[in-house]
Amino acid sequence: MSESDRTDAARYWRGLEERTPDAALQVQLRPEFTPQADVAPQGLDRRHFMQVMGASFALAGLGACTRQPVEELVPYARPPEDLVPGRPLYFATALTLGGFASGVLVESHTGRPTKIEGNPEHPSSLGATDRFAQAALLDLYDPDRSRAVLHLQRIRSWEAFLQVLEPALEAQVPLQGAGLRILSGSSTSPTLAAQMQRIRARFPQARWHRYETVSRDGLRSATLAAFGRYVEVRYDFSQADVVVALDSDFLTTGPGCVRYAKDFMARRRVREGQYGMSRLYCIESTPSATGAVADHRLSLPPAQQLACAFALAFECGVHGTGVLGPAGAGDLEKWRQIIGLDLREHAGRSIVIAGDESPVELQALALAMNQRLGNLGRSVIVSEPIEVEPTSHIGSLRDLVQDMRAGQVELLLVLGGNPVYDAPADLDFTAAMAKVPLRAHLAFAEDETSESCHWHLPLAHELETWSDARAHDGTVSVMQPLIDPLFGGKSMHELLAVVAGDKERNGIDIVRRTWTERLGADFDTRWRRILHDGVVAGSEEPLLPLELQRDSLTQLFLGVASDLAPRLERRNDSLEVVFRVDPTVHDGRFANNGWLQELPKPWTRLTWDNAALLAPATAARLGLANEDMVELEQGTRKVRAPVWVLPGQPEDVVTLHLGYGRRRVGRVGTGAGFDAHPLRTSAGLVHASGLRLRPTGEQVKLACTQLQHAMEGRHLVREGSLSEFRDHPHFAQEMGHGVHAPTSLYPGFEYEGRAWGMVVDLGACTGCNACVVACNAENNIPVVGKAQVRKGREMHWLRIDRYFEGSAEDPRVVQQPVMCMHCENAPCEPVCPVGATSHGKEGLNEMVYNRCVGTRYCANNCPYKVRRFNFLQYADQETEVLKMLRNPDVTVRTRGVMEKCTYCVQRINQTRIQIKKEDRPLRDGEILTACQQVCPSDAIIFGDINDPNSKVAKLRQQPLHYGILEELNTRPRTTYLARVTNPNPERGAAAGHAGDVRGH
Amino acid sequence: MPQIFHHSTNTLARVTIFGAAFLVAAALGAATLLDRSAYWTRQTEVLKQPVPFSHDHHVGGIGIDCRYCHTSVENAAFAGIPPTATCMNCHSQIWADSPTLEPVRESFRTGQPLRWARVTDLPDFVYFDHSIHVAKGIGCVECHGRIDRMPLTHMASPLQMRWCLDCHRHPEKRLRPRAEVFNAKWEPPANAEAMRAQLAEEYRVTSMTDCSTCHR
Repeated sequence: MSESDRTDAARYWRGLEERTPDAALQVQLRPEFTPQADVAPQGLDRRHFMQVMGASFALAGLGACTRQPVEELVPYARPPEDLVPGRPLYFATALTLGGFASGVLVESHTGRPTKIEGNPEHPSSLGATDRFAQAALLDLYDPDRSRAVLHLQRIRSWEAFLQVLEPALEAQVPLQGAGLRILSGSSTSPTLAAQMQRIRARFPQARWHRYETVSRDGLRSATLAAFGRYVEVRYDFSQADVVVALDSDFLTTGPGCVRYAKDFMARRRVREGQYGMSRLYCIESTPSATGAVADHRLSLPPAQQLACAFALAFECGVHGTGVLGPAGAGDLEKWRQIIGLDLREHAGRSIVIAGDESPVELQALALAMNQRLGNLGRSVIVSEPIEVEPTSHIGSLRDLVQDMRAGQVELLLVLGGNPVYDAPADLDFTAAMAKVPLRAHLAFAEDETSESCHWHLPLAHELETWSDARAHDGTVSVMQPLIDPLFGGKSMHELLAVVAGDKERNGIDIVRRTWTERLGADFDTRWRRILHDGVVAGSEEPLLPLELQRDSLTQLFLGVASDLAPRLERRNDSLEVVFRVDPTVHDGRFANNGWLQELPKPWTRLTWDNAALLAPATAARLGLANEDMVELEQGTRKVRAPVWVLPGQPEDVVTLHLGYGRRRVGRVGTGAGFDAHPLRTSAGLVHASGLRLRPTGEQVKLACTQLQHAMEGRHLVREGSLSEFRDHPHFAQEMGHGVHAPTSLYPGFEYEGRAWGMVVDLGACTGCNACVVACNAENNIPVVGKAQVRKGREMHWLRIDRYFEGSAEDPRVVQQPVMCMHCENAPCEPVCPVGATSHGKEGLNEMVYNRCVGTRYCANNCPYKVRRFNFLQYADQETEVLKMLRNPDVTVRTRGVMEKCTYCVQRINQTRIQIKKEDRPLRDGEILTACQQVCPSDAIIFGDINDPNSKVAKLRQQPLHYGILEELNTRPRTTYLARVTNPNPERGAAAGHAGDVRGH
Repeated sequence: MPQIFHHSTNTLARVTIFGAAFLVAAALGAATLLDRSAYWTRQTEVLKQPVPFSHDHHVGGIGIDCRYCHTSVENAAFAGIPPTATCMNCHSQIWADSPTLEPVRESFRTGQPLRWARVTDLPDFVYFDHSIHVAKGIGCVECHGRIDRMPLTHMASPLQMRWCLDCHRHPEKRLRPRAEVFNAKWEPPANAEAMRAQLAEEYRVTSMTDCSTCHR
């Protein structure tokens, strides 16, 4: 290794441990191999060892001698239409989060859904999905779902509940429903809207309250101030040259995020001779996945961030924002000018976007800037609300609590949600609810809220339900069930039909009633078309030409600005707290989903836990380190949490993720993380100051995948700025050591016919993790649990490595998906003593599970650390309902077997058989691997590299193309396109862009 | 000094050593034979079925095409086991009162499926696809034997990997014209070798021996 090499390798670091003075020691603590892989067994002498091994060998041999048992064939008595056993059917439906739909196509094997894909015709999906949609499948088959109607924890029937509910409703009729309250989350369902109208007709005094942790209240209030009415705001990133994100994680969370990632990354795809690229500034108070992609990221405490947004708005010429004066210290002042200039230069072709969780002032500033820049109607589209009856969630919940406390509520129906867990602490929702004489909770599983209700009613999963919902642009989808409710759940519509006193009480009749009224003539044909396509064509909300109400906005700004000035004075003794929903378990609704729990979170790479995130400087000042327990105190409320020191976290800000610490949850979520809700009040839903932190002296263990599977930092990630790429297109290839001429006595293998290869575009990867969950679902990958993850035994075939670059205070982040490289000279193959891993004619590095005896030589010899070993029986083969989850085209592995990415060989084989039967050549793009299909930003491309016209072959000719560890002569088939960023030339050097690092 | 061991001990020692080696070899040989035996593979075993269905009668006797019942053999990996409704197409008229067919009628009445014992059963880690074999001109009888002569169905092949590979290494030896795939009585013509070579070219038959062809 030359000197320049060493400095260059040190440019990227994976964790703070690598930057401490005794880095060598620290790295030793996290060895290259999984623990115990290179440790001789202790306390076992040679003779005893031989005895044990001999006996194991003999028993293992005998164990293999089973005569095949007789199995059964069970055909249908009467076959369903169109069903060919062994061939999946696909149905279009939609899944919702926060009420907004994303269209999906669900693969169904003889009636059981096994995989979810995006619906290419759905505007929020265009064929891709996010991680939550992928993981919905595991929720469907969750063995901890509720299976019965419960009354005071005792099993009753739905009919028994109706016998209680219907008289209670009858009693409300003369009161016009004054004592009836319904609480639910946001909804966009036209059927729900119609039902609510019918309920109002029967009970004019009844009220419908809304509450969600991610309420989007800020945006709603901002549109009210800006336009005098509620409207929906959506974005067209294909029209944006400059994007400024204020705490917005638009690439990976929120309505339309999949579409936004696709459009945004399409504008950043640079190739040889094609240098047009948008620029992203992120100004955020807690690190987000979008921030990791940004060309420039400013990490500021909430007050400073707001001041910065004010200054930026002033720079754009927004009325009423000049009151604050210059935006803080010198550096921020420079940023204001630079970003402001960039925005003004791209007026009409820029976007300022605030996050779904951001408060009203940030949202209003963003709207005002967009209006001032002329973006409204171009890149920022304002339309009629998509939600049904939009309302302020916190206001709505506060009203409900007031009414309950006053004893005005006689019947409360909670539809989904978990307000006992996630309502702001100061409202004391639980105590207020206890005053309601009859309360029922329709929920997916027994949770904190159902504990406090008289009745618990099982809610059917969205894949079991007839419903409808709208996309982020308003396009309507009708949702159809893939399977009958597994545990007899009911949908919201079915419960509301009882309340409305409707005749139609079956899901399908209720939804058909809505659509019979809407579609009118020729219902059957149109209905079938809608169900087939998964969307109602042409139903998106058109643009609303609205004028901004300058006066009310100015008033809002003046009010906020006068409050802001004292907040900018930093007090030394307390910290600011920022609340965010968790990137993987969201608001807690996915707490029992193992796929999401085990998904490493962006930035921290933590699994199975949340933590109090602290900046390195803050942690140093307080004398805290990773995994130290602290007591957080906000007013009179206290919470105990472990500390995680996160480079890039703003100083004196503690980020707490919500959704963990669930008290009443299934076996997966029990004991995971801590509950931050006790610190969250209705006055400080997003952030609050005055947090005190006290170390308890205790330590807990967290499962972080950050330092596992080390590859010894050898130019694995390569990146450059746009100007660098333009001047030296081959910069990435020059960074490598080059590939040595093969020194082999044998002639090389000629790949005639097809040769599979994959290219991963690092510039397009958002680190959203959808690919990891998709791989889990497609390949029957087991969940191993926190203790096993701590030992580096997670089974993900595809991992996303995260590297920091730059200072600990303000690092940049580079992310790299790593899966099996399918090396042409695969180091794993020659070391297998039983020939369980071998090389296919098309270049696949194949794994034969039934031959593997678990020596693990292959994993030790893999320089990419992509092989995963079943140390224990991880795959659950006992739980009946989980058997329905498995992909029947992929073996479920047992203990003692090695496994790894197969390039989704089952999909390759199916297509190969298909094209052979049709006697035609392979079409490029016909085989999609699971990770490729789900990727919102098209960062993964798979195909035949021997076909010069294939996309993957063309990408391999790009100057940005490189392979990792190619110098080992492994000849990897999975290769990468270096990341190109587009820093503002004015700030290029300051942003830590080392344009000088190249070659040696 | 007198000898401790008698002369014969030498012979005894030789016999013991030789015998041990012989015994080990014999045991291994026996295990191999057992592993390949029809007992072990259940090749000739007739399994107990809910109804004693005769391929000999239905195929050989009245000449029903394979695809009348095994409908998905040309389209899917799984050839398909006929639903009760298929049986009842005829047996609602013919032998409609036969006590042997009562399980079939009961299944049709109640909607409860018949539970057949699986005769030709590959291990679960093997992914076999009927449709591609049929499309490439491999006749049913190549694996299932003269099913048209089986009054009660039994497996005709050992279904062990060596047996699969015998054909996968030289697939051209088992080809027949596509039109004759479902014809159990087809006999190769005199110029079989030339015809098969021509078919192999026409059907683009290749030897598929990658592990991932069957294991994934």
